[in-house]
Amino acid sequence: MPSTMRCEIVSAEREMFSGKVTMVVASGAVGDLGILPHHTPLLTSLQPGPVRVQLDDGTEELFYVNGGYLEVQPKEVTILADVAERVEEMDEQAAEAARVAAREALEGKNKDMDYSAAAAQLAESLAQLRTIEHLRRKGGRGGK
Amino acid sequence: MAGGKEIRTKISSIQNTRKITGAMEMVAASKMRKANQRMAESKPYATRIRQVVAHMAGAAQDYEHPYLQEREEVKRVAYIVVSSDRGLCGGLNGNLFKRVIRENKHWQKEGVEIDYCVIGNKALSFFRSVGGNVVASTTGLEDAPSVVDLVGNIHVVLDAFKEGTLDRVYVVYNEFVNTMTQQPVVHQLLPLPPAEDDRDTQFRWDYIYEPTPEGLVDGLLTRFIESQVYQSVVENKACEQAARMVAMKAATDNAGNLIDELELIYNKERQAAITQEISEIVSGAAAV
Repeated sequence: MPSTMRCEIVSAEREMFSGKVTMVVASGAVGDLGILPHHTPLLTSLQPGPVRVQLDDGTEELFYVNGGYLEVQPKEVTILADVAERVEEMDEQAAEAARVAAREALEGKNKDMDYSAAAAQLAESLAQLRTIEHLRRKGGRGGK
Repeated sequence: MAGGKEIRTKISSIQNTRKITGAMEMVAASKMRKANQRMAESKPYATRIRQVVAHMAGAAQDYEHPYLQEREEVKRVAYIVVSSDRGLCGGLNGNLFKRVIRENKHWQKEGVEIDYCVIGNKALSFFRSVGGNVVASTTGLEDAPSVVDLVGNIHVVLDAFKEGTLDRVYVVYNEFVNTMTQQPVVHQLLPLPPAEDDRDTQFRWDYIYEPTPEGLVDGLLTRFIESQVYQSVVENKACEQAARMVAMKAATDNAGNLIDELELIYNKERQAAITQEISEIVSGAAAV
């Protein structure tokens, strides 16, 4: 029986995940971090990107968060996401379209566009695509 | 049959009203279900962030954020008043405003100035007619409000607090007790009241902050305030629908009673007219 901790992933609109996990991997403000039980208390902001949780039965679940905060207590990890999605629910085409739109805006096809907003949008859609890619790789290995 | 026609028109007009109030009742009932669900869904975030903030306040930091510092002298306070956009929901908004006015008197006695930050049409028009320093307003929120819609409003208050022009911030909204009961409540938002959760405080411990405590604490507290306001808006929406449902049910019942009464009067009138006609014919025949 591996040691476990509680993990909660919540977004302002709903609760995404709650349960016992053995590991959480998220992309923090200063880099990716993996958290195991009995980690020292830690507080960090999150970048848009995937959050991977390993359940105590060995399976993995993947989420996408669009920024937020991560709090670590020795027996508990809380992710306060601005917007969170289950990766299975994510729409790859929508993410791709958003990426293209953001890139076009950045390249100055529309001069009125707010540069920082476009850059943020681009980073976000890239992070979404990265998450989907991650899921696909995992599916390819396990499924076929 | 003098009043017969008038009574009929009146009955049919009340019947129409009853149809409308009945429909509104059903619409409110279904909207209330959804609003309740939304309230339940947003609760985990609010509870979690409250926990995290409580942990954070318990951590032995070298740095204390302005949102956590109690000011010695209170010169100006702000109320965020959450009301509905539409009426026809019983005494919901009225009770809320009464509560605000009561709070108001208490501050006025101490010579404290008050700012209002209103959410919802009803509060806006109320303070426009009563007079009050409205510094920000948001109206026309959808049934499913998003945090983004409220951010502007909240930041007006937060910025003023940070600059030191405001010393306290409260939020006023209706608490959803159950479908029949909604209660206006006042919560202090800033400075954050000390948390009840005080486990682990016997140890001196602190977080590892990535990247810096200042930025993180500020961001997290801002997020916390936003979530509190969002939660109260969502709760107020549920209250609005519940109150409207109850009010419309009462209106429908009243319309039904009114129709029954009018129908009785109409029938009496009709019978009186018939009796009169018969007696006229009979007396006419007797005369011949």
